[in-house]
Amino acid sequence: MSSARLEVIERYCKGCSICVEFCPKNVLEMDVFLVKVARPEDCIKCMQCELLCPDFAIKVHDA
Amino acid sequence: MAYDYDKSIRPGKLPHIWCPGCGHGIVMKGLIRAMDTCGLDRKNTAIVSGIGCASRLPGYLDACTLHTAHGRAAAFATGVKMAKPEMTVICCGGDGDGTAIGGNHFIHACRRNIDMTYVIMNNFIYGMTGGQFSPCTPTGAKASTTPYGNPDPVFDISKLAIGAGATFVARTTAAHPREIDKLITMGIKHKGMAIIEVLDDCPTTYGRRNKFRSVVDMMKHLKANAVPAVAASKMTAEQLAGKFLTGVLFQEERPEYTAQYAEVIKKAQGA
Ligand SMILES: Cc1ncc(C[n+]2csc(CCOP(=O)(O)OP(=O)(O)O)c2C)c(N)n1
Ligand code: SF4
Ligand code: SF4
Ligand code: SF4
Ligand SMILES: [Mg+2]
Repeated sequence: MSSARLEVIERYCKGCSICVEFCPKNVLEMDVFLVKVARPEDCIKCMQCELLCPDFAIKVHDA
Repeated sequence: MAYDYDKSIRPGKLPHIWCPGCGHGIVMKGLIRAMDTCGLDRKNTAIVSGIGCASRLPGYLDACTLHTAHGRAAAFATGVKMAKPEMTVICCGGDGDGTAIGGNHFIHACRRNIDMTYVIMNNFIYGMTGGQFSPCTPTGAKASTTPYGNPDPVFDISKLAIGAGATFVARTTAAHPREIDKLITMGIKHKGMAIIEVLDDCPTTYGRRNKFRSVVDMMKHLKANAVPAVAASKMTAEQLAGKFLTGVLFQEERPEYTAQYAEVIKKAQGA
């Protein structure tokens, strides 16, 4: 499977941590109030983070 | 790969006003995907709401939108649909807006079976005004107006809609994003009144007071206690305690109101 490129739109992210908690692969981390893409290589492109982000703040692209 | 929501949102409107973790944003994304799936022409789509945090939703969308008076979404939407039956009409709003002050409009729109889709975001509380209890606040739960626990029995919105005559009724939760757009899509395609109840989270005024330490706790609760209606028939009452049924709960065909009214117009014109 081709790898993913995760885009966080920092201006929109409100730091709710839903994406961090629901990612099945532990790709994301909280960095104080913003989400940080910690392990992009582990992403399986399940789209959970993008679907569940209430703030349109994270996008899963094909790398 | 990443979904293009931007083309459906009015330029410059994001970030939205909802609190961190508020499920209304998840529902809005589901509604956008459903409108895309149905291929809706935004110039021919009316999205109508009342007042409340949930009712802010249409203001973000690039379509024909109406932000009306508290509880009156269904009434305004009925007017739009009667005047322009060719339009797709979608209502959205909260549990307070739709079942407290607007309960009357809600049940009568269901009774008429007018062709519209009503997405009702049930976060169990009046979020916007600081967490007063709504008809959907669980018995025993704390609200700003029920500091000792809510003594009231609860409205089951989906059952209310079925009883009142809606011909498509479905329920899901903010923790089931793919089901949100699937059910709204079915609702839009259904000819008649479609109610899509989305159990939602309000971390700010409901979660905090009710032992959910974070919005993630609330989302996990919604995820863990949803039981697909098809699976529920094989479960005992004991197993179903504290659970909520999801998926399509009711569906039937019945004459649609604007079509019936077109017949009245024909008769009145002596045709
Ligand atoms: C006629 C009238 N009465 C009361 C209010 C105050 N009010 C504004 S929003 C709201 C409740 C909204 O609750 P809900 O529909 O559940 O939406 P939420 O904020 O929870 O998404 C109330 C009582 C009002 N705006 N207009
Ligand atoms: S797409 Fe799935 S695996 Fe990748 S970061 Fe998002 S939630 Fe995690
Ligand atoms: S779900 Fe969205 S808003 Fe919440 S932390 Fe993740 S990117 Fe930020
Ligand atoms: S008060 Fe509740 S319903 Fe309103 S935006 Fe905040 S979390 Fe959402
Ligand atoms: Mg509410």
